[in-house]
Amino acid sequence: MLATAIIMFREVLEAALIIAIVLGASRGIAGRGRWIAGGIALGLSGASFVAILANVASTTFSGNGQAILNAVILLGAVAMLTWHNVWMSTHGRQMSAAISAVGSEVQDGSRPLAALLVVTTAAVMREGSEAVLFLWAIAAGGEHGTSMVLGGLGGVVVGVLVGLLLYLGLLRIPARHFFSVTSWLILLLAAGLAAQAAGFLNQAGLLPALGYGVWNTSHILSQHSIAGQLLHVLVGYIARPSGIEVVFYVGTLLTILTLMRTRGGRTMAPAKLPGQPVGPGV
Amino acid sequence: MLARVLLAAVAAAGLWVMPAGAAELSPLLVIHDRQFEPNALAFPAGVRIKLLVRNLDSMPAEFESYDMSREVVVPGHGEVTIYIGPLEPGSYEFFNDFNHEMRGSVVVKPDDAKGK
Repeated sequence: MLATAIIMFREVLEAALIIAIVLGASRGIAGRGRWIAGGIALGLSGASFVAILANVASTTFSGNGQAILNAVILLGAVAMLTWHNVWMSTHGRQMSAAISAVGSEVQDGSRPLAALLVVTTAAVMREGSEAVLFLWAIAAGGEHGTSMVLGGLGGVVVGVLVGLLLYLGLLRIPARHFFSVTSWLILLLAAGLAAQAAGFLNQAGLLPALGYGVWNTSHILSQHSIAGQLLHVLVGYIARPSGIEVVFYVGTLLTILTLMRTRGGRTMAPAKLPGQPVGPGV
Repeated sequence: MLARVLLAAVAAAGLWVMPAGAAELSPLLVIHDRQFEPNALAFPAGVRIKLLVRNLDSMPAEFESYDMSREVVVPGHGEVTIYIGPLEPGSYEFFNDFNHEMRGSVVVKPDDAKGK
């Protein structure tokens, strides 16, 4: 029971953290709640569909099919996070003003609501299909089915709670720093997801690995550890990355930064560096 | 002209997928009674590996490797093909993401044929 709880927690954690960041970053945008909820519902349907596909057509939908689907989902999320951040860099000040005045929301016609929908759908669908497949198998597995399913659902609840904690933590950031912090979080998140996509494209044989293990920090911070897993989700930490993963990470980082600088204003002050502690009055 | 460019592109793509002179190995990895069998695979360096993972258990498994950046769901009583490498000499760990107790490794030895 505990084992299934841990597995489901791990599967849910990534989606929960991504949604928490997106919820934070879209604070003050009118209508975001409905679009994000819609994304979660759509993601769950998509995840169930993929789980069925993987189970029914296991040979046709084997290794490469899964890899390409995952890469497409991840790259879709990266594109939408980019759009969101570029939009934020032009509307950041207006947004800061909006969250300072309680209850007021940005009603701009070009709000990136579709981006919120796609990112949430992608986040839920990506790990969700594995979670659904797993839960389904234990539910069908006979005698211990019920208690194991309960354990699994417990894991889901804890994962969602961790996401909620991150969101509540973000809300404590003072308004004037708020969007520069969430912009950095989204930037690093997008770069990490792009690196994951590169891994899947290499797995499908569509991109060269450019070497396995450009560096290896497994002995310092293992990806099996909780800290390693959290950092993997939040900033794309990979203990032993392949060359193509590094290329995608850096490439995405620079692309989004450039777009924000050329298209947008000055939401992200140049003095703020990634890894800077999230806290008041820096 | 266009044809030649296309041909070159296809050749370049082919190099990624299958480096010149690299033979392809297709070993079988079985999941049985919550174990990888065998749990250590040895290969020469520079060879592309077509790994067939067959799951004899009813629980699905997720073949995952941080070291080789691979992540593939293997349904219960199902099988999938996973391409790996060519790898440089070293040790690469893999595990079942649905059961982290289940681990195995790929050990790549230097390629003797090339006299290294």
